[in-house]
Amino acid sequence: MSETPLVEFKDLVVRFKGDRTVHAINGLNLNLKPGEMLGLLGESGSGKSVTLKTLLRLLPPKRTDLEGSVKVLGTDVMSLSGRALAKYRGGDVSMVFQEPALALDPVYTIGDQIAEAVMRHKGISKLAAMDVALDMLTRVRIPSPERRLKNYPHEMSGGMRQRAMIALALACRPKLLLADEPTTALDATVQIQILLLLRELQKEFGMGVIFVTHDIGVAVEVSDRIAVMYAGNIVETGKTRDVIKNPRHPYTRGLLAANLHGAVKGSRLDAIPGSPPPLEEAPSNCSFAPRCSLARPECWKALPPRIDIGNGHEAACVLAAEAAVTA
Amino acid sequence: MSMAATEAKAPAEQVAKTKGYWSGVLKRFSRDPVAVTCAVIVLLLILAAIFAPYLGLNDPYKASMIKRLKPIGFPGFPLGTDEQGRDMLARLLYGGRLTLFVGLMPVVFAFGIGSTLGLIAGYAGGWVNTIIMRTVDVFFAFPSVLLAIAISGALGAGIVNSIVSLTIVFIPPIARVAESATSSVRALDYIDAARASGGNALTIIRVHVLGNVLGPIFVYATSLTSVCMILAAGLSFLGIGVRPPEPEWGLMLNTLRTAIYVNPWVAALPGLMIFITSLCLNLLSDGLRSAMNVKD
Amino acid sequence: MTRQEDRGGPRQPLLIAKDLKRHFPIRSGLLNRQTATVHAVDGVSFDVKKGEVLGIVGESGCGKSTTARLMIGLIELDDGQIIFDGDVLGEDITLKELRRGVQMVFQDSYASLNPRLTILDSVAFGPKINGLEDPEGKARNLLKRVGLEPDRFAHRYPHELSGGQRQRVNIARALAMEPRLVILDEAVSALDKSVEAQVLNLLNELREEFGLTYIFISHDLNVVRYISDRVLVMYLGEVVEVGPAEAIYHNQAHPYTSSLFAAMPSMDPDNRTEEPPLAGDPPNPINPPSGCRFHTRCKFAESVCSAAKPKLSVIGGDETHLAACHMMDPASGHSQSFREAAE
Repeated sequence: MSETPLVEFKDLVVRFKGDRTVHAINGLNLNLKPGEMLGLLGESGSGKSVTLKTLLRLLPPKRTDLEGSVKVLGTDVMSLSGRALAKYRGGDVSMVFQEPALALDPVYTIGDQIAEAVMRHKGISKLAAMDVALDMLTRVRIPSPERRLKNYPHEMSGGMRQRAMIALALACRPKLLLADEPTTALDATVQIQILLLLRELQKEFGMGVIFVTHDIGVAVEVSDRIAVMYAGNIVETGKTRDVIKNPRHPYTRGLLAANLHGAVKGSRLDAIPGSPPPLEEAPSNCSFAPRCSLARPECWKALPPRIDIGNGHEAACVLAAEAAVTA
Repeated sequence: MSMAATEAKAPAEQVAKTKGYWSGVLKRFSRDPVAVTCAVIVLLLILAAIFAPYLGLNDPYKASMIKRLKPIGFPGFPLGTDEQGRDMLARLLYGGRLTLFVGLMPVVFAFGIGSTLGLIAGYAGGWVNTIIMRTVDVFFAFPSVLLAIAISGALGAGIVNSIVSLTIVFIPPIARVAESATSSVRALDYIDAARASGGNALTIIRVHVLGNVLGPIFVYATSLTSVCMILAAGLSFLGIGVRPPEPEWGLMLNTLRTAIYVNPWVAALPGLMIFITSLCLNLLSDGLRSAMNVKD
Repeated sequence: MTRQEDRGGPRQPLLIAKDLKRHFPIRSGLLNRQTATVHAVDGVSFDVKKGEVLGIVGESGCGKSTTARLMIGLIELDDGQIIFDGDVLGEDITLKELRRGVQMVFQDSYASLNPRLTILDSVAFGPKINGLEDPEGKARNLLKRVGLEPDRFAHRYPHELSGGQRQRVNIARALAMEPRLVILDEAVSALDKSVEAQVLNLLNELREEFGLTYIFISHDLNVVRYISDRVLVMYLGEVVEVGPAEAIYHNQAHPYTSSLFAAMPSMDPDNRTEEPPLAGDPPNPINPPSGCRFHTRCKFAESVCSAAKPKLSVIGGDETHLAACHMMDPASGHSQSFREAAE
């Protein structure tokens, strides 16, 4: 790869210590190019939120064991501290949360919150910062932005609050935006508005986005590339089109079937049996093997190889090399 | 049926071995050294109070004009003597009987009455709640010390009357905690599910509400025992609680007050006992609170 | 006591909801005066046929959950009538009798189980207080039926189970009352997709096996389409469209229903959604818009829409497919007809 990747995870391992050890991330490798929108898809406990928190250094240091490296534009995130860390968080990288009602401060107006962030990172006057805030609210298509600047979060509807949250996250023009299930709490007709808005803003600002979601439809709608996570690792990644039209990992196929898009009414669903592994031990074989209908003896013996299918499409499955096993 | 087979296969290991709620509480409590120490101290004080006559102590009522206000370590009187020459050690341990009794009983009674009121108000809601809780609110208008003194004063001095007045003082706060615990449980889906199964209010309260609210109320009540003990001691100190010559820590503190310049250490002993007991009770209730928190 | 007998025969609807109404007052101020009203459910009527699955869809605040709770008496009706297999609630049958025939599964699998009871006790609670025979044996059988081996699971507590397992317990608990109608209020929405598919399979099996009728409430249109025979679409406390699932999916009549479908992620990377079908959020059910409640967001809205409330009317000769839109009614004064608008 010629250009420096925007984000580069190399053999990342995250373990939580405590009453019982949880192997949250197990040897994750992932690259994100500048200006790319990656959908990080996974179910609860798959490690997608932990991946985001590692990137922002938000994990509790005392309870966490970290191995491997995380680089953003060539800088090792783990080495940051003090002012550099503060500049990195919110300056280079910012985040949009699932619940804007919890992520926004209830005692300040939207305008004040955006202006404060801009003043802190750009060192400009309050007046100039308020102009930036107004510009941002306009860009996230909030109707009558002048009036909304003076609104408190509780005075806005769910969709408007999420727009304000996005305005806040983008006010300092980050190179990387992390979106943690930003539309999960929203109604369907509002969700699609926010998805399209994020897609437009990403083009407009040219930033890289990691969009975490459990909803495969949402991932398809926004991302250039999809990475599917299972049990703390990426099991399949590739261009959205390739992953959706030609899924190679049995888990990805199961997820697509479970989305019920076009499922025949009343027919028995081809459900993935069982539930995800408890992650109390580091995996020594394919984590999905216990639930996989195509598992072979070698799946139980060693970690699956990462097989390159071409065009950046990779799957961690012994079967991926063979021609698509089933339609 | 294939469903049953597939689901059963995977999660076999991940579910912890089943144990009851209370054994979990006990386990968490036993891991808290502060709470365990406090529990032991409180237990020892209670045992010492109960078995005081069998500990071979001096007679706590026997006065002696020559042995007045002897210091700590005086031969035959390990903790010295009071202003009438009575043995402090014996009086402190015997005093625990009345002090702890008057300190605990009002909380026990208030726990019973206040929980019932709070449960009814919280479960029924609506105007029942309004009537009960607004009545309770009236009592909050007065500081608890003032209220206790006022009621005690009106009823007259004596142990029974102090218990009655302190019970009245503690019913409102317990009722309020019970009401808020009950109404938050009341809003949960499992109560609705039980109603949909045709359960009447009494059955639902017994099976589904009590178990989930008594814990928090109990913890709160434990924290009130220390306040109650201090209030009871305060009533005796003012002369509207226990009457002399009965040994009681608050009363002893009052009568030894005059001796504070002569023998300050002995004069401070009853206060020290009140302090230790109430501190231990407070820490004990903190420990209980965290041990009873199920949030994994 | 055994399972309730069918009385009206197969053609009589199992449940008829007639003009259900429920407003919640909002009180504030010193004297607790009523300052506003939430029009949670405002004149909702529908029927549920024996053995069918009726899906109810709509966004937050549309009143679908309130409707569910009204049907089982967890919230009192302000107005309207519930008729269960020909018996009018409050006249022919009591609430207790209705609840023998109707049960509910809630969205939050954890909040709907008592944390202090073992799952066996939770499932056996209903049969026990209703004096059914051998409640524990019944509970064990049902746990086994929903895929939780009683020997291993019966004495566990809710926090020791996964979300999918807990929802199986909730289903077993509902079935323990031997109901004829089960209301599933977003019962699979909180589950992971792979687990959701397992539970949907289970629900389909149970329906066949026990001859159940379902009301399936969800915001996920794919799931509703998969499981439902008929679908009811709600908006701000009112029914805007009802009809056979396939008609609703392929031939939406109400502009709101079409917007709801257009808002679904496309699942096709070559053909992504380009334009959001609706702008803004759903209005607050406090003081809803006049006339047709959708007129504030509808691109076909005209003056008649804010002036008069449209009635549910039959679409294109299909007696089973109804929608409440002025464009359905040539006499309404709306300049467009439904077919033109659909073009």
